[in-house]
Amino acid sequence: MPQLLRLATAGSVDDGKSTLIGRLLYDSKSLFTDHLAAIERGAAPDLALLTDGLRAEREQGITIDVAHRYFATPRRKFIIADTPGHVQYTRNMVTGASTSDLALVLIDARKGVLEQSRRHAFLASLLGIPHLVLCVNKMDLVDWSQERFDEIREEFRQFAMKLDVPDLTFVPISALHGDNIVHRSANMPWYEGTSLLHHLEEVHIASDRNLIDARLPVQYVIRSQGERDFRGYAGSVAGGVFKPGDEVTVLPSGFTTTVRAIWGPGGTELAEAFPPQAVTVQLADELDVARGDVLCRPGNRPHIASDVDAMVCWFSETGTLTPGSRYLVQHTTRSVKAQVSELDYRLDVNTLHRDENAAALTLNEIGRIRLRTHEPLLFDPYKRNRHTGSFILVDEASGHTVAAGMITGAHRPATNVVWHRTSVTREQRATEGATVWITGLSASGKSTIAAELERRLVAEGRPAYLLDGDNLRHGLNSDLGFSSADRAENVRRTGEVARLFADSGVIAIVSLISPYRADRDRVRAAHADAGLPFVEVFVDTPLELCESRDPKGLYARARRGEITGFTGIDDPYEAPSSPDVVLRPAESDPAAMVSEILAFLDR
Amino acid sequence: MTALHETRETGEPDTVSAVSAAATDAARDNLAALESEAIHIFREVAGEFDRPVILFSGGKDSTLLLHLAIKAFWPAPVPFPLLHVDTGHNFDEVISFRDRMAERHGLRLIVAHVQDWIDDGRLTERPDGTRNPLQTQPLLDTIAEHRFDAVFGGGRRDEERARAKERIFSLRNAFGQWEPRRQRPELWNLYNGRHRPGEHVRVFPLSNWTESDVWNYIARERVELPSIYYAHQRKVYRRDGMWLTEGPWGGPREGEEVKELTVRYRTVGDGSCTGAVESTASTVEEVIAEVQASRLTERGATRADDRLSEAAMEDRKREGYF
Repeated sequence: MPQLLRLATAGSVDDGKSTLIGRLLYDSKSLFTDHLAAIERGAAPDLALLTDGLRAEREQGITIDVAHRYFATPRRKFIIADTPGHVQYTRNMVTGASTSDLALVLIDARKGVLEQSRRHAFLASLLGIPHLVLCVNKMDLVDWSQERFDEIREEFRQFAMKLDVPDLTFVPISALHGDNIVHRSANMPWYEGTSLLHHLEEVHIASDRNLIDARLPVQYVIRSQGERDFRGYAGSVAGGVFKPGDEVTVLPSGFTTTVRAIWGPGGTELAEAFPPQAVTVQLADELDVARGDVLCRPGNRPHIASDVDAMVCWFSETGTLTPGSRYLVQHTTRSVKAQVSELDYRLDVNTLHRDENAAALTLNEIGRIRLRTHEPLLFDPYKRNRHTGSFILVDEASGHTVAAGMITGAHRPATNVVWHRTSVTREQRATEGATVWITGLSASGKSTIAAELERRLVAEGRPAYLLDGDNLRHGLNSDLGFSSADRAENVRRTGEVARLFADSGVIAIVSLISPYRADRDRVRAAHADAGLPFVEVFVDTPLELCESRDPKGLYARARRGEITGFTGIDDPYEAPSSPDVVLRPAESDPAAMVSEILAFLDR
Repeated sequence: MTALHETRETGEPDTVSAVSAAATDAARDNLAALESEAIHIFREVAGEFDRPVILFSGGKDSTLLLHLAIKAFWPAPVPFPLLHVDTGHNFDEVISFRDRMAERHGLRLIVAHVQDWIDDGRLTERPDGTRNPLQTQPLLDTIAEHRFDAVFGGGRRDEERARAKERIFSLRNAFGQWEPRRQRPELWNLYNGRHRPGEHVRVFPLSNWTESDVWNYIARERVELPSIYYAHQRKVYRRDGMWLTEGPWGGPREGEEVKELTVRYRTVGDGSCTGAVESTASTVEEVIAEVQASRLTERGATRADDRLSEAAMEDRKREGYF
């Protein structure tokens, strides 16, 4: 069965994007001859004309909207959301990117990394696209130079390190001549990767979905009377897995019951349901459930808040987004009234500079806002779940969609709890504390390094303590389960404890997979607020190596599909974007690596 | 299946529900993903609109549309009526199929006859006898008369270049017209269906399907289609590079030779401008093999009206046709 891959393309007319898409369609034989007849000019077809649809665009010679193109190979069907690249159409790229599994960014080999290349990469990361492919085009015009390709790759990689890009691939191509599009190019023997199409066919997308947090926003209540009375809740699974017999909680009411049956389209009884399946769920108890409610698991609920922080991209040509304005928020299957209570900053998509003095967002501008809703939203942060973390803002008067939003989290209001300062200052303590946070894949060698670090510090007479996650779960975290929310809480508490140890003058050593960047960043921020050193150590062991070690046999089981949600296999590991220390156990020994950490600590 | 608790490494015990790899693959399957998307769209419309209607001609795309609607609301009946704009130039096999399907599923079928508009002078027959362009007015009048606010159509983006930028929810003004500049960005699976009184939204659940997807799904689901989609003997004559057949719309002109051939139809529409293709594909599997080998899109092969000009479809969309 062929799989579906949705991709967004970005780049300007000059980069040869339309030619590239034309080439993919042409070479994969999905171009029909009558479409072709309409565009053939002279000897060689003008492939770009294939993708410029509307008359207005043909007249202006630019593409001004998102166009969808389709092609298929025996392995996969592809939906291309083709978006124009020039500056005024950020809106279209955001739109095309919102549903994409992969983004394809084009760079002209002669021009190198331009402002707009950076903008496209940033937007792809903002929209949470897990796979980014950078096509360095027009290699024929730089004499197929490996040096030029490497130069562009390095420059782009440097920039991408600042972004959330879990998977970045570079392909040197010539769209015009078809080099490295479908087949490996004979003109670039130095390139060791696969052709673009081969990469699109093979890239692993099965684990991009959230299969952990069970969420079903109810779309419609299906009732049927007669021979069989039926009452079911129809919706598309937005996260996690549902099975008959599962305990589920209905939000916002909070009642808990069990799943009696799950029906696929047309009444196929399902043993389990995943995103993005459209299903109908029957519950064991008669509850009052309506469109807009969310089914979840009792131990893993979405956030409930009416005061949220969000990144938004403003779409309207006529108005601006300013604090105080009111809109409808369309989120999952509910729409609620809301007011923009603050504009925290406007983000320059080219430099990533935050302008905190911005008074408004205009067309194609991106910023962070605080939104107050009349009724609470049931959401997950966008980074965790694109379906339950996204929303659009609708202008009530015109009905237009004026903004796209991605929720970063609940806004945390100031509380009345006051921090009591003790009379002992940090300078009066015998030692200076710090936290060393060691993150990496399972079996990457974190524990060995952590234990050696603790041993060395104690041997030097310095107070140090290894915070072992398992041990903490016996006491402090014994009330936590294993849901995603509980895992995040586990990281938060471990981080808090580390911070207290550090504040007391101890060097706290934490060894946790801690796969999500956001969780780690929160711990770092808490340390920064307290003025304490925080050293993020990334144990960078290639997945293949961890997998070949596999001391507990877990990778093998994950590969066999016996366990899911396993970091590195079907759950992402978000490598630190700017770690303080990077260690590669494959190339070093524990003593040397610990010396590296100590060197950083004692700088 | 039960949840397994695994301790992975220091401090990272985790829950992993044992989910079969086969099942997760199934959810990623192209046709399953397209089916889920279409059903999601049907349910959104049912949840947000007051008076939806499904355009149903008996053709393969609208039959697929109906099939998906039935699946979306199972075991309850489809909560919308059906609407057909009948040019009077339709194939008998298709019209009887249309009526049979409506009856089988207990759905109300509203038929707007183009002939009525011609008879009372609201429309004038074209010199070439083609009635496809005449469908727009009866369609818009009927939408207004019944105050339909959401109109499902079987349009697909892969059919024609002007459709590649069509939205899934496509806003039409009070005159039923499509204005490129007023179309809303569509993000994630959030569809904005807000409209003013008198306006309506055209909804295209099959937007992301290709012709090949449609046929593969028809095969997989064993969806019944009118017989003329499969190879049969028919008397045809050649005009403008197409095989046309005799009917209420007229017959061969002088010098046009009638032949009996084995043909089938790739689309069904106004008989005066819908051509048959020579084919021996008599089963859905044989049709799929033919579609995959074909180098002509279905419209280009068999619809004279779309070949009139490169921007033909765009112009008709602006007028309120699909």
